[in-house]
Amino acid sequence: MRPDDRKYLSSHEWIKIDGDIGTIGITDFAVQELCSGNESDLVYCDLPEAGRSVEAGETFGEIESVKAVADLNAPLGGEVIEVNAAIEDHLEILADDPWERGWLIKIKLSAKTSDALLDAAAYEEVVAQEA
Amino acid sequence: MPFIQTTDADRTEMLAAIGVRSIDDLFEQIPAGLRVKQSIDVPEGISENELWAELNELASWNSTAEKGSFLGAGLYRHYIPTVVDSLQGRHEFVTAYTPYQPEASQGTLVAFFEFQSMVAELCGMEVANASMYDGCSAVAEAVLMASSITRGKQRVVMSAGLHPHSLRTVKTYLACSDLELVIAPLGADGRTKFDGLIDDRTSSVVVQSPNFFGALEDQGAVASAAKAAGAISIASVYPIALGLLQSPGEAGFDIVVGDGQSLGVPTAMGGPSFGIFATRNEYVRKMPGRIVGQTVDGQGRRGFALTFQTREQHIRREKATSNICTNNALMALRGAIYMAAAGPAGLREVAEHCLAKAQYAADAIDALEGFERPYAAAGYFNEFLVRCPVPAKGVNRAIDAAGMIGGLAICEHVKGADERDLLLAFTELTTREQIDLLVKTLSSISQTVSVG
Amino acid sequence: MNKDLLLYEKSRAGRRTLRLGELDVPAADVKRLPKGSLREKFAVLPEVGELELVRHYVRLSKKNVSITDSFYPLGSCTMKYNPVTNEAAAGIAGFRQIHPFQDAGRVQGALAIWKRLENYLAGVTGLPAVTIHPAAGAQGELCALLVAGAHFEAKGESQRKVVLIPDSAHGTNPASAAIAGLKAVTVKSGDDGLVDLADLKSKLGDDTAVFMITNPSTLGLFETRIAEICAAVHAVGGLVYMDGANLNAIMGVARPADFGVDMMHINLHKTFSTPHGGGGPGAGPICVIEELRRFLPAPRIVEDANGYRLDYDAPDSIGMLRGWPGNWGVVLRAYCYIRRLGREGIRRAAENAVLNANYLRVKLNKTYHVPFDRMCMHEFVCNTRHQRQYGIHAVDIAKRLIDLGYHPMTIYFPLVVSEAMMIEPTETECKETLDAFIEDMLLIAQECADDPDKLHAAPVTTPVGRLDEGRAVKDPVLCYTCG
Repeated sequence: MRPDDRKYLSSHEWIKIDGDIGTIGITDFAVQELCSGNESDLVYCDLPEAGRSVEAGETFGEIESVKAVADLNAPLGGEVIEVNAAIEDHLEILADDPWERGWLIKIKLSAKTSDALLDAAAYEEVVAQEA
Repeated sequence: MPFIQTTDADRTEMLAAIGVRSIDDLFEQIPAGLRVKQSIDVPEGISENELWAELNELASWNSTAEKGSFLGAGLYRHYIPTVVDSLQGRHEFVTAYTPYQPEASQGTLVAFFEFQSMVAELCGMEVANASMYDGCSAVAEAVLMASSITRGKQRVVMSAGLHPHSLRTVKTYLACSDLELVIAPLGADGRTKFDGLIDDRTSSVVVQSPNFFGALEDQGAVASAAKAAGAISIASVYPIALGLLQSPGEAGFDIVVGDGQSLGVPTAMGGPSFGIFATRNEYVRKMPGRIVGQTVDGQGRRGFALTFQTREQHIRREKATSNICTNNALMALRGAIYMAAAGPAGLREVAEHCLAKAQYAADAIDALEGFERPYAAAGYFNEFLVRCPVPAKGVNRAIDAAGMIGGLAICEHVKGADERDLLLAFTELTTREQIDLLVKTLSSISQTVSVG
Repeated sequence: MNKDLLLYEKSRAGRRTLRLGELDVPAADVKRLPKGSLREKFAVLPEVGELELVRHYVRLSKKNVSITDSFYPLGSCTMKYNPVTNEAAAGIAGFRQIHPFQDAGRVQGALAIWKRLENYLAGVTGLPAVTIHPAAGAQGELCALLVAGAHFEAKGESQRKVVLIPDSAHGTNPASAAIAGLKAVTVKSGDDGLVDLADLKSKLGDDTAVFMITNPSTLGLFETRIAEICAAVHAVGGLVYMDGANLNAIMGVARPADFGVDMMHINLHKTFSTPHGGGGPGAGPICVIEELRRFLPAPRIVEDANGYRLDYDAPDSIGMLRGWPGNWGVVLRAYCYIRRLGREGIRRAAENAVLNANYLRVKLNKTYHVPFDRMCMHEFVCNTRHQRQYGIHAVDIAKRLIDLGYHPMTIYFPLVVSEAMMIEPTETECKETLDAFIEDMLLIAQECADDPDKLHAAPVTTPVGRLDEGRAVKDPVLCYTCG
């Protein structure tokens, strides 16, 4: 069971809300799908600069493995206030700990409604269907 | 049937294994109404010996350049060392597929890695890809790449001195984009006048040197002007000339493209050839085409593999840097073998011979009455424009009558060009005797005109 | 002695292979060139003598797996035998030493072959207007989309900007659409692996430009409702484009024009036996309906009272996509192939391609899962569902095949089948080769259960083992001398 302290998108991003700050990352399943089992194959992650505003559903970056590429979509909208600088040179963090150390960006939420997002149980179903 | 080994007995056995009675049953998915009733409109097959007879007959309808040719215009007849045909012709190179399985394709991959290194060196750049289709499509791809680097800028400034096929190709590629194409005209000396055309809306500036009319462009000035405006500078080159002339890297260009035909590929009616594409390290992720990189296997042994594949269409689909898939690998292999056979000294020697022949011809033509070289001041490498006293087509007929192939009557391919303009090319294969005969032929025309 | 050195590592100053003879004119006077024209730093190229050069490339060639030495069932790539006659033909001086800017009267042989090949391709497809201009299949796609764009522009329907593409399509389809300034919209596959007609119809409208369909599909299945699909696209005013990558399955048996297809490309390097060359050159002629002829690229080969000539002046043409008229050397080889086969041989090739594929399918479908297990065309897709329990992925089976002396099948494509393995034997393989392959595939399946590590470690017989492709991107070394 994946962490239920956060919400999910069916495109495998998560957002953890703390007051008006949202922390965004990708799930272990996303990492697995990109690498088909070989985590050292993650090679590149393109993240936005702090200060950029993103809308809910908007693509804010990209992540690549040797043979696949995936858009990074924002579960909710807001202004990017912090980017995880460690990721770019240490993509293995995403495989080791996608839930905490592997966060990608923090945004200052423009709206807090997260009703359209999936909870952990609903996300499990998405994964079960794709696996 | 040619090339099919299956016997009637095999066929019967295989159909039985599949569980059908006839070949027709295999095509049950195709609705009967959509199948060919009689047969398709293609002639009956012929035997191998009949084919040879037919080919020899058809080949005899073509005239080759053996007695001399002054036709270049972007496609040049250079000497091709025997090793090029012999090695490129090995079945293991000819009949392999794209090296997606690196362990089974180290031969092709090492050859590409070396090719990339040689091309980057020749262009004075940091990185090159494993080839494009040809020089003209490489120019178009370079323009698209530049626009993805300079997002938001919409003006592409191209010299009118590019090969007319490059100009046409870029026009076609840009027809459906929101990029605006501006053609910078040639000045009286044959060099491009970019004055006032390059500004902060400019995405890229494209120049070819020597240009289509043979004139040497001031590459450094073009690259600097582009840089000052924040535009990407693109140079289109003639690889053989780079044995002697300034490399675009030295001149400060961002992207270098060109047709590799002169590096060991026969003229063969214009194709296949290969395109070269080189740039700076910082733009690798924007570069189109296949790229080979060095890495290691599990035991630490050096190996080579296609890399940065996520740029490409088979992964990134509509967001790919280009739609290119199959490139011109086998022709690029010829280029690699040629460059390795020549080495720096050989390449320089070929370039010097080209220049020497052109200088010898230019001096002789300059001495003829009625013939001018309008762009003489810009300098030339192995090709130059001659303004004849009569239409260039007529001059070509006279050269043809002398058993040789004339130059290009420019007006047939460039709108608005003077019908007297003739583009003449010389390579290391052009002999003094052929040049003397050319000059004699021109001289007889000049006398006819002055008498008439 | 280390046989694995790069040419650059074998290089010694002063050696070379190519030397010209004495100049018969005065030496070049570089001082006559404008100031600043000369190269300051010469290109660092390998300096090697002829024997080392020959050995280097001969050794490299031995590190390739090619059709000439191995069975090469690479799905979607049609790795059939490349007749040696065709290679020899391309070496004839009259075909090799000719220039497209020569007077047309002096290259009639080349132009005749060109024109005849166009006619043959029209015969195979039923589409009357043909151009051999595009350099490869992807460029053929782009060419056709530009032709479609010009057609709609001329009709005053420039709002048609959507290209519908099945989810099983080659990546070149959406990539070509993007360059053509069109919007790629994906159409789902149904449970039967074919185009989901309802989904297609829901996406058709007055913004539809083109529906691109690969038929037979990348799953090796014929689109049985192709006529209905074409009619639906035509009903909203759109055009149907067929990706001809899989034409080998149906040539001589059925003609795309009869399905209702308006435009298609042909990969001469797949269907018509011209060699793949380690990734090209190819040629991607396109064939279109009469109505679209005027938009085809120029130059065109025209036949009149004086014979054949190249016509560069075509006012409605989309223009050029490359230099020169086309990949002549590839066209010539395809011409030779079609002349040998003739109409009967072309049909026989398709029949045997389909026979061979189905034979492999029925012999392997109990061991490997075949998601769409019915009569296939020239190829079929299976996967590792039954082998997954042993931790085996498609890549493991592919690499093990290399150790057994094969080039692997296509893996991880099409994307609609997870862990896909796409097998295309082609018509030129004999039954004994297929039987041996079947035996080896069954052996591998047994190894998956008995000794999965053997597969994970494969290949072990090759010059290098599995490579760290992640490192090649993260720490790129793309050039020997620029490090």
